[in-house]
Amino acid sequence: MDYNKYLNKTIVNVKPSGIRRFFDIVNEMDDVISLSIGEPDFRTPWHVRKAGIDSLESGKTWYTPNRGFKKLCQEISGFVSRKYSLDYNPDSEILVTVGGSEALDVAIRCMVNPGDEVLVHQPSFVCYEPLTEMSGAVPVIINTKEENQFRLMPEELEASITDKSKLLILSYPNNPTGAIMRKEDLEALSEVIIRHDLLVISDEIYSELTYSGKHVSIATLPGMRERTVVINGFSKAFAMTGWRLGYAMGPEEIIGMMTKLHQFCIMSAPTVAQYAAIEALSNGDKDIEHMRSEYDMRRRLVVGSFNRLGLTCFEPNGAFYCFPCIKSTGLTSEEFCTRLLRSKGVAIVPGDAFGQCGEGFVRVSYSYSLSHLKEALKRIEEFINEL
Amino acid sequence: MEKLLRLLSENSSYTVKELALLTGDSEESVSLKINEYEKQGIIKGYKAAINWEKVKDSGVTAYIELKVTPIKDKGFDEIAERIMSFEEVSSLYLMAGTYDLAVIVKGETIQDVSSFVTRKLSALDGVLATATHFILKRYKDEGLVLSEIPGDERCMQF
Repeated sequence: MDYNKYLNKTIVNVKPSGIRRFFDIVNEMDDVISLSIGEPDFRTPWHVRKAGIDSLESGKTWYTPNRGFKKLCQEISGFVSRKYSLDYNPDSEILVTVGGSEALDVAIRCMVNPGDEVLVHQPSFVCYEPLTEMSGAVPVIINTKEENQFRLMPEELEASITDKSKLLILSYPNNPTGAIMRKEDLEALSEVIIRHDLLVISDEIYSELTYSGKHVSIATLPGMRERTVVINGFSKAFAMTGWRLGYAMGPEEIIGMMTKLHQFCIMSAPTVAQYAAIEALSNGDKDIEHMRSEYDMRRRLVVGSFNRLGLTCFEPNGAFYCFPCIKSTGLTSEEFCTRLLRSKGVAIVPGDAFGQCGEGFVRVSYSYSLSHLKEALKRIEEFINEL
Repeated sequence: MEKLLRLLSENSSYTVKELALLTGDSEESVSLKINEYEKQGIIKGYKAAINWEKVKDSGVTAYIELKVTPIKDKGFDEIAERIMSFEEVSSLYLMAGTYDLAVIVKGETIQDVSSFVTRKLSALDGVLATATHFILKRYKDEGLVLSEIPGDERCMQF
């Protein structure tokens, strides 16, 4: 049977993830010390796990309302108001989703029509481009630059806008670069966004992992709330990746559409995860603080070590990645990573997996224990010295 | 707790360079602080954390509860000083609760420890009663998990 004849052409034509290919090599090898994983190494805090267990023990195993438990939406509303001065009505402007990923997919599908152009800055999370393609829209890639600390500059955005531009996907704190956008950066950008009447999806999943200053959401700027869907979730802030729980916040008209789509394809996010998330939001501030301070220590160690090795690394102020430049070695990102893996058994991810402009860089995750990082950095140093 | 002390208590093999990066302090300042801690006796020494469970013939360890008569004006200090001078004693603590002193004793064999308890410890003036417990297996020691830790169970996504 020639399945290509039957399968959906749009999906068939989407390129598979570039990281997968590299991970396949990692899986073949024994004794690999990895700095490649994009999720917290912390376990979900015990009191949060306990809330999930308690809900199961008391037999709360039914669907929840489509948009999520009212209590959870209220807690989310309170949390984002307290943390980022965002103001969303828990009854109509918040949707609880299966991870930030579902929120992203549903938001894109609700906000574009076939042929619309979606502006995606890179290097960035690998899902934006394929999700856009699968929605029938056309991704337009904007390459951010190291000299701008990988921020999206207003002139770069302006230069990529056409009369088909519809939506900008903004992703800060950024995976893989660790870049953040400060208030003044967002202000300059919002001027262009409003002038060209664009919609925005702001993926702020790493917002709690900001190491200098406070995270600012673009939706708090004048004229931006009405055109922005903010996406966030529990995976990174509360080390809850496996629970698969995220949320989207935005104007009632957009969230309403997203809720309709979510209702038909998902129904409701996992019940047990929603109970745990209520506990995380009500009593989890200390957990966030603890994890952030641990990540911050690791961040300084890893960034400092790369800079000392001559692999310059601009200071990442968010997420748990650093993105050193490896151009001085004369190797491509893929060569660098493959040789490092084969000769020293250390796995990191080639920068071009996050967009062509990531070539010349590598993504190093510091979501690992200090002793693990110390060993990996020692091996990387040996590798550099033997080049 | 002071970050520097916490880090050194977890791993005393950190270099000054590493400690400076981890604490966000300068190397000079880290060196000065360590010297100061050593001088004040806050840092008493540096040693390897050994998993004796994996060492053949590493001997036996006993945890001994001791009831003693305190001495007027001196309390428990005098007898504690006497007890800690035995080289068999690796740790000694004054306790609140149903007994007074906790003594951790290491010996090559059970016989060594028993003879230490009966001949030396119980024989001391002021010792009223002893209860000796032998340690069968160590799971966690000084914050270190000694059993095999499962590898990274996270799968590679993006």
